[in-house]
Order: sequence, then structure tokens, then C-alpha cells
Amino acid sequence: MGLLSKKDLKLITDPLADNNPITIQVLGICSALAITAELKASIVMSVAVLFVMGLGNLTISLMRNIIPPKIRIIVQLIVVATLVIIVDLVLKAFAYELSKTLSVFVGLIITNCIIMGRFEAFALANGPIRSFIDGVGNALGYALILIIVGFFRELLGSGTLLGFKVLGDPIEKTGVYAFGYENNGFMLLAPMALITVGIIIWIQRSRNEALIEDN
Amino acid sequence: MAKNTESNVYTVLFATGMVVIVGALLAFLASSLKEKITENKRIEKQQNILYAMGVNENEPGSVTFVSKNIVGGEFSKYITKQLVITGTDAVEDENAYLIDLKKEEAAAKNTNYQRRLPLFIGNKDNIQYYIIPVRGKGLWDAIWGYVAIDNQLVVQGVYFDHAAETPGLGSNIKERFFMDDFKGEHFLDGDLFKGISVSKGNADPKNMDKTDFEVDAIAGSTITGDGLAAMLKKDLKLYLPYLKTLKQ
Repeated sequence: MGLLSKKDLKLITDPLADNNPITIQVLGICSALAITAELKASIVMSVAVLFVMGLGNLTISLMRNIIPPKIRIIVQLIVVATLVIIVDLVLKAFAYELSKTLSVFVGLIITNCIIMGRFEAFALANGPIRSFIDGVGNALGYALILIIVGFFRELLGSGTLLGFKVLGDPIEKTGVYAFGYENNGFMLLAPMALITVGIIIWIQRSRNEALIEDN
Repeated sequence: MAKNTESNVYTVLFATGMVVIVGALLAFLASSLKEKITENKRIEKQQNILYAMGVNENEPGSVTFVSKNIVGGEFSKYITKQLVITGTDAVEDENAYLIDLKKEEAAAKNTNYQRRLPLFIGNKDNIQYYIIPVRGKGLWDAIWGYVAIDNQLVVQGVYFDHAAETPGLGSNIKERFFMDDFKGEHFLDGDLFKGISVSKGNADPKNMDKTDFEVDAIAGSTITGDGLAAMLKKDLKLYLPYLKTLKQ
């Protein structure tokens, strides 16, 4: 017997493909546009969101029977913000270098609508373990898209991957630049992130027609 | 469980309870970690100042400070003097590096206030470095840094940092490829103050021309770059009266 039941496993695999938070539910687009100019930033953000989503979903699920429905959104916001601030403070005290890298992402995590979306749609109605798995699954789905977009934006925009010059040196004109190739600076700007996400959505829907909405 | 979570009384009680708990938790954490965080910030300042004058453990492409454990010793070894400049006076003060630039700048809006300007004098391989702290605005939040110049008033090294510039774009001001471009740049044309601007247009991408008063910009971070140029202009100018005495 596996560690996870089939139903639980679906909580992880669904958000990776047919119920992806970015390409299908269209949540978390703002941060997907903002920080995908480099692969490294995409990865850092993905890990941070994974952590906050898992723990946040778990906390909200544990509290689900005592949260007053009238103020549930505020309660959710407080839970996310508190988690993020605690992590930020602890990192500042014990892993200062890491906290410097992450500080930019703190605001983006708190306002990430996937997190609020999963609290609302899942954690308020399900038990803690399943909520935790759901949080991790959705964060992985988010990470997948972020990393794909980050990969193409960094490769085509700067000609590098994780900072390594994989295409040669654009100034010294080595590698592909020797043949007149130029980096596409437009890839570094937010509109191209949107177009890249759009292309992913297009590919995904053309492969699975069940995803296309009726008009 | 017959708990009525809909009732107003419960809602108010829950909200109050939550605020008290979360508030107490965060306040407790913040005050108990405060000392460690302040200490980390102090160490970081020393590392940044040393970095600007070329005392670091950089490998090609990396930005690596001298390690935390030895930074105190290295700081007192290389930084021979710390000055606080007010008007034309310069007094020694071994804690000049702890002066809060933000507070000084705010206080200086009152015209009666004499702004205190910290300046660090370093010596490495018998070359004197004058390290000037700078602070300004980027796209989202504050940016700051340290500019090391020699007695000919030519930039010998810089360190820049930021609070919240866009990852992958504006945040690249703290990367080697950008900071290294400042080495050797002039900001004075004879006696005329020019500053160093961050220019788009690919006019000098290899940065061969050191007297053009510009470095090559980063794609996709125009406002951060402009903010950085404005910061250099604003803060280097403040030191000009003192710096001119060095050149003679």
C-alpha cells in the first residue's frame, strides 16, 4: 500500500495538470508575471509558497470549526500574514543571508490569491491532513508553471539559465551570438510573461478538449 | 457541536481573541529576536563597506562578503578612520558607520539642522579609499549602497543593495556585472560635478569609456536605474566640499 490513498494522490496530481491553479483556475497570475524574469527567482518563490500554502492550509483546516463565517476572509489573511512574518523574523535572526533573498517575496506571498483561494475552497471544508496535501499539490502546480515561464524568459531574454551563460556571451559575441543572434529584451518585461502563460494555456487546452469552456 | 459561530457576540469575541494572541506572539518574537537582528544588520554594514573597497571573497561572477566571523577584525584592520562631516568640519567617530542616513536626511529638511555625513577611510595595499554611503529611491522601495573612491576622486568599487526591487530585473543592481561597471568611472569633469548616470541605448556595453559619466543600464529596470543615478548624484554632491580638499 502506498503512503497516500488514490483520492489523496489526486490532490497532488490534479493541480499539476488539469486543475492547475494558474492555467486553469487563473489564480496567482500577478506573482507569476512579477518574478519570472529569472529562473532563480521563480524557484525561490515556489519554495516559499509551498511552505506557506502547506502550513496555512493546515492551520485553517484545524480552525475551520471555530472560525466565524462572517469574518473568515480576515481570519485567513491574518493566518497567512502571521506565518509569513514569523518566518521572516526567524530568518532575519538566524539566516540573515537567506532572509535578504526572500525579503522581496514576503509581500507577494501574503497577497498571493492561490493561497486565499485554497483556504476558501478547500481548507474550510476538509480535514487537516487532506488540506495539507491539497496545499502542497497546488503549490507544486503553481511552481511548475512559474519554473516553465522563468526558464523561457531567462533563456530568451538574457541568454542565461540560473545565471550561467548557456548561449554564449552577448558582449564578446561568442556561442550563438557569433551568428548574429540577439537576446530579446522584451522577454524580460511583464507582457511577455502573460503571453508565455497564454501559450501554456493554449497548448494545454488543445491537448485536452474537456478543459475548453462552452460559450 | 452546537456552537453558534454565526452570532455577533461570538464573532466579536473571536476577533478580539485572535488579535490578542497574534499580536502577543508577534510582539514577543520581534522583541526577543531584536538583538540578534540588529547585530546581523551591523555586521552586514561592515561587510558592505569592506566590499566596496575591494575587501571580499569574490570568485568570478559571485558577490561574496568576508565571512561573518572575521568581519569585525577585518573592519578594524582595513578601515583606518571613520569621520563625521558637518559642514566643513570633520571629526573622528568610531561609530560613524552606525549613523542612520534615512533619519539624517529627514532631519536635514529642517534648514537649521547641520546634517552629519559619515565617511569611512580605508587602506588596502597602501591605497587610500574614501567610502561614501548613499541612499535613495528605487522603483518599489529604498535602495542604498557604498561608493569607494581614491584620492583622485575616481570610483574604485561600489556595493548596492535594495529593499524590494523586482526580482530578476531591478534587483540586479546588486549583481557583479552591474556593480563592476562602476570601477574606474569618473563623476567629476574637471571641477564640474557630473555624477554617474545609468544609461540605456547600448552606447558603451563593454564599458570601455570611463570618462563618459555613465554605465550601461539593466534591461527592464529603467526606474531602478534612474533612481540609482539620482541617488549617486544627490549624495555624492554632499561630500564634494570635503572631497575637493583631498585632490589638492
